[in-house]
Amino acid sequence: MSAESVFPQLEALLPHVQKPIQYVGGELNSTVKPWESCDVRWALMYPDAYEVGLPNQGVMILYEVLNECDGVLAERTYSVWPDLEQLMREHRVPQFTVDSHRPVRAFDVLGLSFSTELGYTNMLTALDLSGIPLESKDRTLDDPIVLAGGHAAFNPEPIADFIDAAIIGDGEQAVLDMTEIIRAWKAEGRPGGREEVLFRLARTGNVYVPAFYDVEYLPDGRIGRVVPNRSGVPWRVSKHTVMDLDEWPYPKQPLVPLAETVHERMSVEIFRGCTRGCRFCQAGMITRPVRERSITGIGEMVDKGLKATGFEEVGLLSLSSADHSEIGEVAKGLADRYEEDKIGLSLPSTRVDAFNVDLANELTRNGRRSGLTFAPEGGSERMRKVINKMVSEEDLIRTVATAYGNGWRQVKLYFMCGLPTETDEDVLQIADMAMNVIQKGREVSGSNDIRCTVSIGGFVPKPHTPFQWAPQLSAEGTDARLEKLRDRIRGDKKYGRSIGFRYHDGKPGIVEGLLSRGDRRVGAVIRAVYEDGGRFDGWREHFSYDRWMSCAGKALPEFGVDIDWYTTRERTYEEVLPWDHLDSGLDKDWLWEDWQDALDETEVEDCRWTPCFDCGVCPQMDTHIQIGPTGKKLLPLTVKK
Amino acid sequence: MQRIRLCYTKRGRLRFTSHRDFQRAFERALRRAEVPMAYSAGFTPHPKVSYANAAPTGTGSEAEYLEIALTEHRDPGALRVLLDESLPSGLDITDAVEARTPGLADRLTASVWELRLDGVPQEEAEKAVAAFLAAGTVEVQRRTKNGMRTFDARGAVAALDAARPQADRPVDGPCAILRLVVRHATPAVRPDDVLSGLRAVADLAPPVPAAVTRLAQGLFDEESGTVTDPLAPDREAAPAAPSTAAGTASATAPEGPAA
Repeated sequence: MSAESVFPQLEALLPHVQKPIQYVGGELNSTVKPWESCDVRWALMYPDAYEVGLPNQGVMILYEVLNECDGVLAERTYSVWPDLEQLMREHRVPQFTVDSHRPVRAFDVLGLSFSTELGYTNMLTALDLSGIPLESKDRTLDDPIVLAGGHAAFNPEPIADFIDAAIIGDGEQAVLDMTEIIRAWKAEGRPGGREEVLFRLARTGNVYVPAFYDVEYLPDGRIGRVVPNRSGVPWRVSKHTVMDLDEWPYPKQPLVPLAETVHERMSVEIFRGCTRGCRFCQAGMITRPVRERSITGIGEMVDKGLKATGFEEVGLLSLSSADHSEIGEVAKGLADRYEEDKIGLSLPSTRVDAFNVDLANELTRNGRRSGLTFAPEGGSERMRKVINKMVSEEDLIRTVATAYGNGWRQVKLYFMCGLPTETDEDVLQIADMAMNVIQKGREVSGSNDIRCTVSIGGFVPKPHTPFQWAPQLSAEGTDARLEKLRDRIRGDKKYGRSIGFRYHDGKPGIVEGLLSRGDRRVGAVIRAVYEDGGRFDGWREHFSYDRWMSCAGKALPEFGVDIDWYTTRERTYEEVLPWDHLDSGLDKDWLWEDWQDALDETEVEDCRWTPCFDCGVCPQMDTHIQIGPTGKKLLPLTVKK
Repeated sequence: MQRIRLCYTKRGRLRFTSHRDFQRAFERALRRAEVPMAYSAGFTPHPKVSYANAAPTGTGSEAEYLEIALTEHRDPGALRVLLDESLPSGLDITDAVEARTPGLADRLTASVWELRLDGVPQEEAEKAVAAFLAAGTVEVQRRTKNGMRTFDARGAVAALDAARPQADRPVDGPCAILRLVVRHATPAVRPDDVLSGLRAVADLAPPVPAAVTRLAQGLFDEESGTVTDPLAPDREAAPAAPSTAAGTASATAPEGPAA
């Protein structure tokens, strides 16, 4: 496979497509290493449009980690929009990397990062445009190893036929270990072909190679067992965990695109993992334990990152940012440091109970107090006990009262619909909560000019969570409930006009549900949807529910299962789940107990501040919770100018 | 407050940068270079930058202009180097002068363009150019925000000729190079409108998209038919004015496609 740049051919197509800048590369801080000087070459793909994929932290981190290694190069590739895809097919231009426009097929590894299952059809488009056979079994030594990572890879079974391998968990160290194995195999002259290198990866116990496992089914369609089909590969594959975040201060040189993208800010991950224990939250379950970056580590990353990028906003990222043990000092320190430079600070994912007005004041020292966002997730107290989101309505009202009293005028509240055991009444209580918020807001602000926006979407049960056994609410059920809630809010004369209502219909959630908890048989549906033209399923204007339903209707009956079987069916304790052989560290019995606790409306504490409740991760993975306070302060920087 | 006028390029693959994209990239480059920018007042202060007459997305340029306002005095030459280093290669700052005269925008009345037509034989291009110049008016259409619009592409064209490709440039097969001088008028006549005109009068249809580059922009001199350097008056008005240009901003050949 020639590795020559396809830019001359591509360039002739660019005047005919929308936003051509997204395909030309040349971003600030991007790296182009000489092809011949490297012996292991990675193509990293975020299987969505450039504007979504470029800011992705995971890809950016791995890109930098790999490019820092001698003899290793990494380039990036993103999904091309249908207008360019059509031209590329007409003119036989293959899927290319944006860094040096080399054909993806010429690389050793094509690593795909799946934040969401809705990128699966885009993966097939990219494979096909690359000239890589769609199914693993048809590939040869001329094809790269197709590797899946990201949160969705914790159940890679629906794409098991299309990928050669998957890595679950933190990628930083994992890609380096994998690189060494590939390098050695190549240096030996690639003995034993693809199967040998995949075997060497699999026998580490840290890389999942689906082809080395057989799935046996019971007559009723459930899985009987998943069993290795050759000796030397483990029964279960473990996730990777990076323990000291300060040792991995990436991205050091964040990419700065020329094209406009969804996030344009200097993002610093202030901690990884979350032990709040919200039962619906896959991210919180699979990224345990909590590992904080130190206050000084954060300060250094922000300083270097801003100098390297020129961004005007800093985002302090994590699953619940206000939970960092020194968040107050971090926010104050950064606000002090950048007060003169017109740098904004943002703290996405703030819990109601962790919010405090001092923190919010630091974050908005220079700016407008336009809106605050909280996610109570459940409308009724009962529902919040089921999902273990331990926020009381009093907490919320107290918090918003403080916010309205301190000059904020808008509060946005996020909820989910279709949670286990939920009734219409649980959802209708969302309206009451919003009205109470407005009432309190008018009272403390003395103004009628305040707003509350309710944003709500359908709940999708996810693997490796206590809700992995739960029935998903049907699309019709979700839509009917949301309609009732909308009517309740709109119909209220006193408060209705102050409450905004945004919702997502239930249809995309059903497809996400199919892909989230699917097994290898779902691969046939994904392929059929792709072949029927399905692309960019995360985009409303491209997503087609009817196409998915019709393809599932054709592909699944031969297995004796259907969409409902995968989505709205409740699983039992005994059932072998498609992802049971992928070890996230969570003890399946603990997850089951937590599921039973959910049904009993029993809450579980956060183990950061209370004794261990045996979720299994720390002993299993030989890890531990790592939090401050360190007691250190942000070092004042030397005065500029 | 000091005002500095800059000349910049859009070269190679970065010619696909839209004007909005350039604005964001430039403002970030100002931050990285720690330029003491003056900010607008208001809730969301913006650095004071005035852009003039940006080239369309997809066309290269050797001659784009903008003006920035600083709160502290800086040497234009040193600032040019600093900002050039801070911007991605292809978006290059080629000239900087302190503003000492009013009305930079008023001095941008015409542009010189180069249109490289791969796959078009020289003779065919010459014939089409002759037909275009012989016509009194050449009606063309362009899709605008308000739908299709019909206008004359001939009147604004001050000069158009078909030069032979330079010998030092590798050429596979036939290739014609057009040199176009067009006055900035309303509605603006862009190089692709002239190409539409050539198609209308002589069926000239390049098999691949033309590679278009703005070579120069400035005050149109009716007598000589040339375009003069718009920063020259500022340079002349300077007390002792060493030139700060990195190269001649006008009429340098564009780079080939970046590979």
